[in-house]
Amino acid sequence: MSTTTTEPTAAAAASRGRRGLIVRDYGIVLCFVALFVALSLSTSTFLTERNLLNILDQSAPLGIITCAITICIVCGIFDLSTGAIYGLSAVVAAKVASSTTPDVGVAAGVVCGLGLGLANAVVIHLTRINSFIGTLATGIVFRGLALLITGGAIVTVTDSGFRTLGRSELLGAKYSVWVFVVFFAITAFLLARTTFGRYVYAVGGNEEAARLSGIRTELVRGACYALSGLAAGIAGVLAASRTASAQADLGTGLELSAIAAAVVGGTSILGGEGAVWRGVLGVLTLAIIGNGFDLLGIDSTYQLLVQGVLILSAVAADQLLRRR
Amino acid sequence: MPQNTTIAGAGASRPRVEAVELTKRFGGVHAVKGVSVAIAAGSVHGLVGENGAGKSTLSKMIGGVHAPDGGELRVDGRPVRFASPRDALAEGIAMIAQEIALVPARTVIENVFLGLEPRRAGVVQTRELRRRYAELEARTGFGLPADARVGDLRTAEQQKVEILRAIARDARVILMDEPTAALTIDESRRLLDIIRRLAADGTSVVLVSHHLEEVLDVCDAVTVMRDGALVRTGPAKDETPESLVQAMLGRDLELMAPAHRRPKPDAPVVLEARGLRRAGALDDVSLQLRAGEIVGLAGLVGSGRTEVARALFGADRLDAGEVRMGGRRLRLRHPRDAIRSGIAMLPESRKDEGLLMLRSVRENASLTTVAQLARAGVVRRRAERDQARALADRLDVRAASLEQPVVGLSGGNQQKVLFAKWLARRPTVLLADEPTRGVDIGAKRQIHDLLVDLARDGMAVLLISSEIEEVLSLSHRVLVMRAGRIVEEIPGDVATEENVMRAAFAPPRTSPGAPST
Repeated sequence: MSTTTTEPTAAAAASRGRRGLIVRDYGIVLCFVALFVALSLSTSTFLTERNLLNILDQSAPLGIITCAITICIVCGIFDLSTGAIYGLSAVVAAKVASSTTPDVGVAAGVVCGLGLGLANAVVIHLTRINSFIGTLATGIVFRGLALLITGGAIVTVTDSGFRTLGRSELLGAKYSVWVFVVFFAITAFLLARTTFGRYVYAVGGNEEAARLSGIRTELVRGACYALSGLAAGIAGVLAASRTASAQADLGTGLELSAIAAAVVGGTSILGGEGAVWRGVLGVLTLAIIGNGFDLLGIDSTYQLLVQGVLILSAVAADQLLRRR
Repeated sequence: MPQNTTIAGAGASRPRVEAVELTKRFGGVHAVKGVSVAIAAGSVHGLVGENGAGKSTLSKMIGGVHAPDGGELRVDGRPVRFASPRDALAEGIAMIAQEIALVPARTVIENVFLGLEPRRAGVVQTRELRRRYAELEARTGFGLPADARVGDLRTAEQQKVEILRAIARDARVILMDEPTAALTIDESRRLLDIIRRLAADGTSVVLVSHHLEEVLDVCDAVTVMRDGALVRTGPAKDETPESLVQAMLGRDLELMAPAHRRPKPDAPVVLEARGLRRAGALDDVSLQLRAGEIVGLAGLVGSGRTEVARALFGADRLDAGEVRMGGRRLRLRHPRDAIRSGIAMLPESRKDEGLLMLRSVRENASLTTVAQLARAGVVRRRAERDQARALADRLDVRAASLEQPVVGLSGGNQQKVLFAKWLARRPTVLLADEPTRGVDIGAKRQIHDLLVDLARDGMAVLLISSEIEEVLSLSHRVLVMRAGRIVEEIPGDVATEENVMRAAFAPPRTSPGAPST
């Protein structure tokens, strides 16, 4: 319906579109607030500092990954290897921590994530494979590496210093919560306020236009893969630290949860549109649904049904509003 | 005010399709206000008006795309109601939209008979299909290869596939929305011949078009619309381009571009290209652009005009040749290199290559300068907004606000945003590829004025356009391309449609430049 841009329908589409855009832009906010209020009223335990901090703590790894995945999606790429990077980074962190010191282990895990992200960028740039298939394949390789390193066993870290990151608190909240908050702030700023962010929107919105505007599209994409790897590395280290252990299959399917959360938040799967706060809101919405089910004592089977339906409706709403 | 006029076409009395007081609203916008039009059997009926006049909406109501809010549609005198284009097709009305709606990965024959395949127990009867296709080909003489993939065909040929598809569905009325917009002059002429032949066979054709000459050339009747209302319907022979423009705008507007000053003969050469070659596209192209000069690049689509601009801009790899600016040789590995040297390119398709349709006017306008507008990688928002506002004011971009996504703007305003994006860089060379395509008359005039102003201020402009009048009225010099070569250079004051077109077509014995079928 390209004529809507030139014909009289343009103005009408704009006004109708605006109403639609409000639904799309703030539908997730309404949904989150409604759930939040409903749970606060229907349970006595939901609106407590402890419960809320607990939700944040549990959401931290997925939240960190979703921040980066959202930027990738806006840039028009999918990173399906992020779950595997998470697992491999956790394993590397645990292995290195066991043989050296906890701090070196943590650093090794984070660097491992960043390195794998860069590897994704290079491989996909050189082979020119579509990101979906490319990262699906590298993800399998990464998972294989993790199995190779662990030999299928659980790696445990005996030095209790390794648990600091996952278990200790600062100003009443766990370190993981602070890491999540800081990572969110940085990535949100990066996308919304910097030239890099503008280039991400441009490459995801119209790659050819971006190239013809002088943007080095392959570098922008590469940076997104690296960021995604870094996020998965940090998240993996948090997870390993929490249990002082890691195994090769850690974080299986995490990439899909992150994409789902980004979409629920209202970031378009087609690229060129979206925001980091949306991804985080998506994560938190899915998290409080889970929390609510637990608090209300409802069978957790229904939780999956509700989450699936929520994802479907978010994508359907985006498609419907886009069609106008 | 609504009136009801029937113009007899090729000897018919009762109108084949009649719109009676048709009305359509989109939200608060009254797109079509009680318009009555009668389309005679076997006639070609032109529908003209500015962008936003409601002509596409009217034709879409006839074609079943939009359901009217009021009024009545009659086919052969019977009232009809269309819920979809499928319903319209059942009454013999087919619509060929601006955007071609074919399945690119499938063949011509499959596209033509899509959904109509003769079959037995679900199995397509290939032989019967081929027989019917041969029949169609015999009737139209298009000469399209049945087994070519539609995606490999040129736009003009894809349009022929659409027309075959309409005929295969026994269409008695074919609605065409801007069918020649993407065609060269030669291809347009052929399409107009086809339209005439269809009408002679008794098919009615409704032609929505911005090209007034073309409308006057081929139509039996013309309907003019303005602001959703009917201005008048009358025989085409009673109209002139001027009378139509006046009716469309409600006032007079010069069709020709403003007179403009020639650059001084000693104006420096700012850009020089020598021996540009790219296999299958460019063959030894050399040219010079002087400061303050508008150089028109004419030729048929596919003759290599766009490829020249893309080569100068570093968008495509070259096999050989060099580009110099101010005597210095450029290394063009990426458009970025050209941009840094002061070259800007308005690409051929603003939607596919130019704009971020879902982003705001502000973000689009700053895309090429965002690095300069930033401090330590952080965009200074006030500086960005000020720049966007200044450019939008200068170019008269009409948008609700700078934050409006460009997708909601008219074609003319989108094109202005594209200009804003490049003027922000203050380029010394502007490569403008089809700068007024799909833009209404008012905006077109503004863009012409702008190009003249930019040249007067010293910019070198390379103007590529399929509209020969545009090239002739604006250019100081016209370069004519054929089959990847510049075959002739004609000074602007002696360039005429005739000598440019003669150069654009190959000598009669070979004619490799003509689009093949």
